[in-house]
Amino acid sequence: MVESNPKTLETNRLTEPTPNPPVRPKRRSSNPSWIKTALINIGWWILSIGLFLGIWEVMTLLGWVNTLILPPPHQFLGEIANQDQFLMPQIGVERTGANFVALTAIVATLKRVLTGLLLGFIAALIFGCLAAYFKIFGKLTLPVITLLAPIAPVAWIPLAILAFGIGDRAAIFVVFIGIFFILTLGTINSINKVDQVYINTARVLGATRSQVMRHIIIPAIIPDLFVILRMNLFGAWMAVLAAEMVGVNTGLGAIVMVGRQMFNAKLMFLGMAIIGVVGYLLDVAFAQIQKRVLWWKSNAQI
Amino acid sequence: MGELVCQQVGKVWGIDTAEQVSTLEDISFSVQSGEFVVIIGPSGCGKSTLLSMLAGLESPTSGMLLHNGQPITGPNPDRSLIFQQPSLLPWLSLIDNVAFGLTLKGMSKKERYRRAENFLSQVGLRSFAKKYPHQLSGGMQQRACIARALCLGADIILMDEPFAALDVQTRYNMQKFLLDIWEGSGKTVVFVTHHIDEAVYLADRVIILSARPGRILDSVPINMPRPRDVISPEFEQHRTMFVEYLRSEVTKAFAEQELAEMLDTRIK
Ligand SMILES: Nc1ncnc2c1ncn2[C@@H]1O[C@H](COP(=O)(O)OP(=O)(O)O)[C@@H](O)[C@H]1O
Ligand SMILES: [Mg+2]
Repeated sequence: MVESNPKTLETNRLTEPTPNPPVRPKRRSSNPSWIKTALINIGWWILSIGLFLGIWEVMTLLGWVNTLILPPPHQFLGEIANQDQFLMPQIGVERTGANFVALTAIVATLKRVLTGLLLGFIAALIFGCLAAYFKIFGKLTLPVITLLAPIAPVAWIPLAILAFGIGDRAAIFVVFIGIFFILTLGTINSINKVDQVYINTARVLGATRSQVMRHIIIPAIIPDLFVILRMNLFGAWMAVLAAEMVGVNTGLGAIVMVGRQMFNAKLMFLGMAIIGVVGYLLDVAFAQIQKRVLWWKSNAQI
Repeated sequence: MGELVCQQVGKVWGIDTAEQVSTLEDISFSVQSGEFVVIIGPSGCGKSTLLSMLAGLESPTSGMLLHNGQPITGPNPDRSLIFQQPSLLPWLSLIDNVAFGLTLKGMSKKERYRRAENFLSQVGLRSFAKKYPHQLSGGMQQRACIARALCLGADIILMDEPFAALDVQTRYNMQKFLLDIWEGSGKTVVFVTHHIDEAVYLADRVIILSARPGRILDSVPINMPRPRDVISPEFEQHRTMFVEYLRSEVTKAFAEQELAEMLDTRIK
């Protein structure tokens, strides 16, 4: 048998040259040109933001804007100092006035978004796989899902508050429902597109139907699903903020709303600034996950 | 032990639809244990279909297929199929790919790595165990597929134009490599190709299929010692014979150009 075949081909003519392998992006090389590009990039960011804030400050100094409505950046960013409990991440602090706990709000909002996305992702994956595995189940449920998918996440807010009251659960439900139908459709669609050669490979090696599902279908579709998830990230983010503005009374959306109600423009703008920064960082984090965890998809297709 | 028998096998695609395509008709042959059989025919004649049926991925619409006397009803790890397209799973490292069949069997990680490493060494890829498929050349990927098939202990290896996508030099190396692996292993190989040189170089016996619907035109034993001298008169004689067989088939359905393609000149 082959196992006892003494021939080892490690060193002979068969070691043909590897074709410039694209390297798994584990760590970036200490390539100075990469650092240079990054620095230039950061430079433009600082310049752009600095210019924006600078023009705003100058217009304030010249008295062109009403600082009650448009407070200058140094004032509303300074408002962070007035967040006396800034570093106490207790969740669910009541809106007791201007001294909102900014970090608490960030944690509350992020928790809702991430929980909703995670639950939606898992539920859609399970549901989509079931619909593909049990064809009758799929045929029975697909038309309804197709009709429910285009309903924007924000449109579910009234129902969510009616059903779950004004708490975490309502906000999580909005995110969940906003992603669930779209991802379920995406799952079924991706399953149908999985390369038949991978499925046949597993079958030839003795895989059962459920092993094909677990070892081939799911790993093959996860990158696609993640792309859909990321595309809907801002939708989910906005839905949570909207929910926090209209009913759920904690979180970043609530900060902005309280600022308006109390005519505290500094608080309002602080809330908006945090929303911008955290939303951006959230997207960056997702992009990193996509690049590192699912690196093989993008690299394999270069 | 790996013996295959085809008894009057036929395949009609879309049997329940209006657009029936008869792909294979009345295919009968047998392959002895340890034999290296090459099937050659113009493209579209049903070579891949035949291998899929031997692998158990498809079932014939008429006739019967037997493996060691038992009817083939589905895939079986004793018969492994190597595809023309890249078929390593891109999300698994090379060693996990080679051990994939063992993973499906539920073998412990330690044990399956031990076995997979052994086969990776045999195909000259031991130092690439932790690499991913996209980091390997086409030839290396196909070698890994061979290791994956061997790792499960298949005694019949079905190969569907496994080297067709490789450049000529690599293909030539792979042919030698395959013979190295096969000789003395006792494995049965059924190898599909549309390259005449490849068939003459590799086969104990060549089965020639006609244009669609594929039927067996002839079954020609090649009794030349290995390694075969590709510039010998004997080699040339076989070559000419297959060209004549295929010329009529190719012109029937396809352009003369295709015949030229089937005759890529081997590097000598
Ligand atoms: N899954 C399939 N469904 C329907 N028709 C098929 C299928 N696979 C192959 N065929 C048809 O069978 C014929 C032979 O295909 P194939 O076996 O791939 O030929 P070859 O491998 O010799 O080039 C082709 O005409 C093709 O259209
Ligand atoms: Mg084919």
